[in-house]
Amino acid sequence: MSDISTTPRYVVTTHTTASRIAATGAVILFLVLVMVPFFAGRGLIQDLFFILTMLVLAQFWNLLAGYGGLVSIGQQAFVGMGAYAMFGGVILAGMDPIPAILLGGVAAFLVAIPTAFFAFRLQGPYFAIGTWVIAEVMRLIMAQVKALGGGTGTSLPRSATREMWATEWIAGMLDVRNSAARDILTYWLALLLAAATIAGIYWLLRSKRGLALSAVRDNPEAAKSVGVDAGRMKWLVFLTSAFGTGLAGALIYVQKARISPDAAFSVTDWTAYVLFIVIIGGIGTIEGPIIGVIIFFLLQALLADYGTWYLFTLGIIGIVVMLFAPRGVWGLISDKTGIQLFPVRRRLSGGTLGEE
Amino acid sequence: MIWVDTVVQGVLLGGLYALFAAGLSLVFGIMRLVNLAHGDLIVMAAYLILVLVTVLGLPPFLAAAVAAPVMFGIGWVLQKYLLNRTLGSDILPPLLVTFGLSIALQNALLEGFSADSQRLPTGAISTSSLEIGALNIGVLPLLTFASAIAVIIGLNQLFYRTSLGRAFRATSDDPVTASLMGIKPGHVFATATAIAMLVVTLAALYLGMRANFDPNIGPARLIYAFQAVIIGGLGSLWGTLAGGVIIGVSQTIGAAINPEWQILAGHVAFLLVLLVRPRGLFPRAVD
Amino acid sequence: MALLETSGLTAHYGDFQALFGVDIRLEQGETVAIIGANGAGKTTLMRSLSGVLQNAPDMIRLDGTAIGGLSAEDVMPLGLAMVPEGRRLFPSLSVEENLLIGTYGRKVDGHWTLETIYDLFPILRERRNSPGTALSGGQQQMVAIGRALMSNPKVLLCDEISLGLAPVVIKDIYAAVPKIQESGASLIVVEQDIGQAMKVADRVYCMMEGRVTLEGTPDTLSRDDIHNAYFGVSA
Ligand SMILES: Nc1ncnc2c1ncn2[C@@H]1O[C@H](COP(=O)(O)OP(=O)(O)OP(=O)(O)O)[C@@H](O)[C@H]1O
Ligand SMILES: [Mg+2]
Repeated sequence: MSDISTTPRYVVTTHTTASRIAATGAVILFLVLVMVPFFAGRGLIQDLFFILTMLVLAQFWNLLAGYGGLVSIGQQAFVGMGAYAMFGGVILAGMDPIPAILLGGVAAFLVAIPTAFFAFRLQGPYFAIGTWVIAEVMRLIMAQVKALGGGTGTSLPRSATREMWATEWIAGMLDVRNSAARDILTYWLALLLAAATIAGIYWLLRSKRGLALSAVRDNPEAAKSVGVDAGRMKWLVFLTSAFGTGLAGALIYVQKARISPDAAFSVTDWTAYVLFIVIIGGIGTIEGPIIGVIIFFLLQALLADYGTWYLFTLGIIGIVVMLFAPRGVWGLISDKTGIQLFPVRRRLSGGTLGEE
Repeated sequence: MIWVDTVVQGVLLGGLYALFAAGLSLVFGIMRLVNLAHGDLIVMAAYLILVLVTVLGLPPFLAAAVAAPVMFGIGWVLQKYLLNRTLGSDILPPLLVTFGLSIALQNALLEGFSADSQRLPTGAISTSSLEIGALNIGVLPLLTFASAIAVIIGLNQLFYRTSLGRAFRATSDDPVTASLMGIKPGHVFATATAIAMLVVTLAALYLGMRANFDPNIGPARLIYAFQAVIIGGLGSLWGTLAGGVIIGVSQTIGAAINPEWQILAGHVAFLLVLLVRPRGLFPRAVD
Repeated sequence: MALLETSGLTAHYGDFQALFGVDIRLEQGETVAIIGANGAGKTTLMRSLSGVLQNAPDMIRLDGTAIGGLSAEDVMPLGLAMVPEGRRLFPSLSVEENLLIGTYGRKVDGHWTLETIYDLFPILRERRNSPGTALSGGQQQMVAIGRALMSNPKVLLCDEISLGLAPVVIKDIYAAVPKIQESGASLIVVEQDIGQAMKVADRVYCMMEGRVTLEGTPDTLSRDDIHNAYFGVSA
């Protein structure tokens, strides 16, 4: 918010020069990333897949917490449900894994409805733990589903992964083995999902609804008085992010091809890491999670061998950033330079009403 | 008869959960702070007691008495120098800082003590039991429950009968006006967390004597504590005990039906209460 | 040396400056009234004196000690108590507890004890166990005054103790002021009710837009002077 007070502007603008350069850059970057499988090895593809899927999870958590003010620590519920629904579609209904990813999104969306019904009865910090409890419930329930491996989990059948849509075509075109083709396919889907997520959230935030959303976050009372229905905005954000998180979860598990309740509903993997990414990058911005995921990936590449020390360090870094740079690395950058790649806050240029 | 036994075991288990929850409830009541590292602090206290038992050869109860002032100090410093900085109208900083703390603590404990399960040596007390009619009640669970009641009575006395308790309530109502009375809100909050850590130490003692523990079990203890607080109604310590008992009884009944359902049954009970009484069973009038 | 003195006191709320070099002083045993229209900066001045707002250390001196930089919890033990604007009783505390908490940071023997406060406002004795906020506005104001007196302060700051009260109630409250003066406390009384202020005060300051625009004793100030200082209309 201080970007407004430091640069008083009286003209309401939608685009900045930086944002126009960024848009061009984003298109070029997207095209380059599409081409990566044509010249890169499988290791890089897998790394990029990891980065892109974590980015999607981070963007959706950011939408929830950073824009919607709904601080959830139960997003693993939707990763897990998305993944399990995809497995269910493949194993129980004989679907191809790729269309089953959509099933994952839908399933996450559907379970998000009763979840929201319960969790919205809790405020603030209790909402956070409430979502966690619900995720635990889902983990324990999935552990009872023997058809999907129960507590120990299961793998996608070989037949399903081998004959997965488009893999043969990719294998032929790029002259790679079937397993590598599967990685390339999931990578392309992750790229598509990440691009669509960022574009979609950007669009949402710039739309009238996004405006209402910021109003609700910044000052719920005032928002109510100008007729913004805060309750409906919460539902919109919660369900949207559940759907996206479910898609990402299903996609991640198509690539992993093996699932267990403890892994699919892991609070560390799907929520702690995601929180870390958003916090360190800069919560409440679209740029933040992008920067955050890169920092996270580099840290992991450097430190993951140290196991517990690595996680310990992540926890401490998270605390320090929250205390001393609560708007993250991107906050520091945009304070210094005034750059906004995804300008969505122009409407606040009137002042800082409702703040100390 | 087996059902009576199951329920009695559940009630007594609820005493343990109330001990987990009392500190959380106290801290929330005074400064609206939910410490996501609460469960990990309980586990940390259990390891502290374990170290005192193994290194100094103290019996567990004495070790807990030695650990208590240490935990008190840790709580004071933690609140004063870390958590006080996160308080304010924004709920993100306290949540994320305590979440980070939870991860850091868990992994520090893993590094120090490995993932192996541990248990506090208990001697005869863990096996001794009382015959009441056809019921066979363990002394240790009974002691846990009695301690929970003692803690709640003690905290209520502190809260409603002492000058410090007045300062707690006044600061919770209005920190600025409290400071006009010469109350230092930062100190008051630190003292509250420090006292919560005394309760945590007691909870850790019984946790460690009754079952195995390892560095990863903190979050689950946090969840039980949280459920007890919500079921009881925010700010009511007796409600917290009732909440603990409900979770405990649900778990033992669930486990009696199918051992795999123990934890799930507790969660389901929590969700059911949330459904019918969103503000808990005994919500505080003021709030 | 004055008991309490400000020199060039300034105060800010973010970018907004609310006080511009205010100089006032309070002598031992004196009662000073501060009058001024809404938004003149009276409450801001009280908040600065009591340490709710912090300033440069030298801007405020109590008994010669620079206290401008201290926070409220450190100022209060030095013998300065405030009856804040809007009374601000603690809802979770009973009447008696509200009074008792007034001594939290400073326990000094003096005239004021629970008993003498109950003698000053007998109705509070009857209602000692009610929640503070269950009382009428006037009774709440009595609790707020009693709470501040409990620490036997050298300086008592009263911010609009008549605000929102019926005239008869105001009379009751102000009837206590002479007894407070007798007990040895020095007072700063913020008032919009100019008549009331003139009655109790030895000296008066008038504020407008963050500045002191007039100073004098009640008998030397004319109606026109006050009117000008109050509203800024030059005759
Ligand atoms: N918390 C605050 N944030 C920003 N501005 C404030 C704040 N409190 C007061 N002000 C502003 O400071 C100025 C002085 O306010 P102050 O409350 O000191 O006036 P006052 O003389 O006590 O008025 P009243 O008679 O209404 O109580 C006003 O313009 C007011 O709007
Ligand atoms: Mg005022």
